[in-house]
Amino acid sequence: MAKTYFTADHEWLRVENGVATVGITDYAQEQLGDLVFVELPESGRKVAKGDTAVVVESVKAASDVYAPVDGEITDTNGALSADPSLVNSAATSDGWLWKMKLADEGQLAGLMDEAAYKAHIG
Amino acid sequence: MTGDDGKHLPLEDLHLAAGARFGAFAGWSMPLTYPAGVMKEHLHSREHAGLFDISHMKLFEVSGPGAVALLDRACPLDAGALEISQSKYTFFLDDHAGILDDLIVTRLGDARFMVVANAGNAAADEKHIRALAADFDVKVDALDRVFLAIQGPDAWAILSRAGIETGTLLFMHGVEPRENWFMSRSGYTGEDGFEIGLPEADARDLVARLLQDERAQWIGLAARDSLRLEAGLCLHGQDITPQTDPASAGLMWAIPKEVRAAGRFIGADALRAIVEKGPAQKRVGLKPEGRQPVRAGAVLVDADGRPAGHVTSGGFGPSAAHPVAMGYVITALAKPGTKLFADVRGTKIPVDVASLPFTPHRYRKG
Repeated sequence: MAKTYFTADHEWLRVENGVATVGITDYAQEQLGDLVFVELPESGRKVAKGDTAVVVESVKAASDVYAPVDGEITDTNGALSADPSLVNSAATSDGWLWKMKLADEGQLAGLMDEAAYKAHIG
Repeated sequence: MTGDDGKHLPLEDLHLAAGARFGAFAGWSMPLTYPAGVMKEHLHSREHAGLFDISHMKLFEVSGPGAVALLDRACPLDAGALEISQSKYTFFLDDHAGILDDLIVTRLGDARFMVVANAGNAAADEKHIRALAADFDVKVDALDRVFLAIQGPDAWAILSRAGIETGTLLFMHGVEPRENWFMSRSGYTGEDGFEIGLPEADARDLVARLLQDERAQWIGLAARDSLRLEAGLCLHGQDITPQTDPASAGLMWAIPKEVRAAGRFIGADALRAIVEKGPAQKRVGLKPEGRQPVRAGAVLVDADGRPAGHVTSGGFGPSAAHPVAMGYVITALAKPGTKLFADVRGTKIPVDVASLPFTPHRYRKG
């Protein structure tokens, strides 16, 4: 059974069998505005919590998306190369950014559940 | 929510009611986007019309027997050659021909002119022109106005429906249709359009009437920026600064030939020297390959990795449907089609020097 976590930086992680699918929240995409480009990482790249994993570019500005936990990137959402606006229209489903194999599932304990995240964005 | 600091627009309540997201620009809390979002706002302006609150910009009235002489000194301009109602794009230059601000000057009467200045420079501009005015028989008034722009192919029809006829007014002309109103056919989107300075109470009434027409929509500063960038228009502080001059910026068209040759404006000697020698760098359009935007500040190199210049404005052009940018390159590399590379976070993005504008201007010139 997949469980979804949230970060204070407005990312979501859906974790299943030690692999997290990561994206930005609907709140985050709304703040960024219309996305025109997503710079995706190479599969196989090892990232530490806080590293820039993805750069999302809106009409106006580029913003970093950080790795929420340590791990290895196993897949990226290739559909975003053709249509970056998927992040705007479906931030928590088809607009996912990358998948990563978790190095330490214990790090998930420091993240928020949906209720806590909703309280966080007020 | 509204920005914590900065000056607030007189019509801020209307923008809040329209669901605007605010951000800081040039010391002002400005509507950046409305719920439609920058992409739709941009396209709507080109398809129908956008309504922009540009009250952060400043209107100055310069009047008196010495008005022509003052403006000829302050700007590379032949103010006396302007016909009544004619507008001219011009500058304040410093002694080195550096661009202190870009302005629109409109002749309202024999000895009366309207000067429209950028928000970020308004205070410095006022100080500058008041200091110069001391030597002339002239009065400078900073006007307290709401300033609105309505831009796009339907702008004239929307104004007409709201009871404001613009029929005979051509691009780069301005008139005073009512007491304390100033209306010019001008703008900064590349589209046909109008800019109207008027008292706040009149502005509230006009906005309500304009927005009754569904072809008119509030448009934020984010789309204003992407519209002007596609139109190849300079933003002072980015594309033109006191470190750039009209020759390097490719803006010599704004200076009449006789003024270039014989004008006594501030910076005239320096500008003549630059023109004679040829500018070391030139402002150009830049079209990145692919979809990744190249932003202001990115360094440009040539095919051999040698420094070529830098990007001053960059983003995505919703109408062009590709990233658009402009910047300065060394003169030998300024020819359209020249292949360069922009450094974006360590990756070299191929960019072509491109002619401006990226979207054709659709001004109503007659």
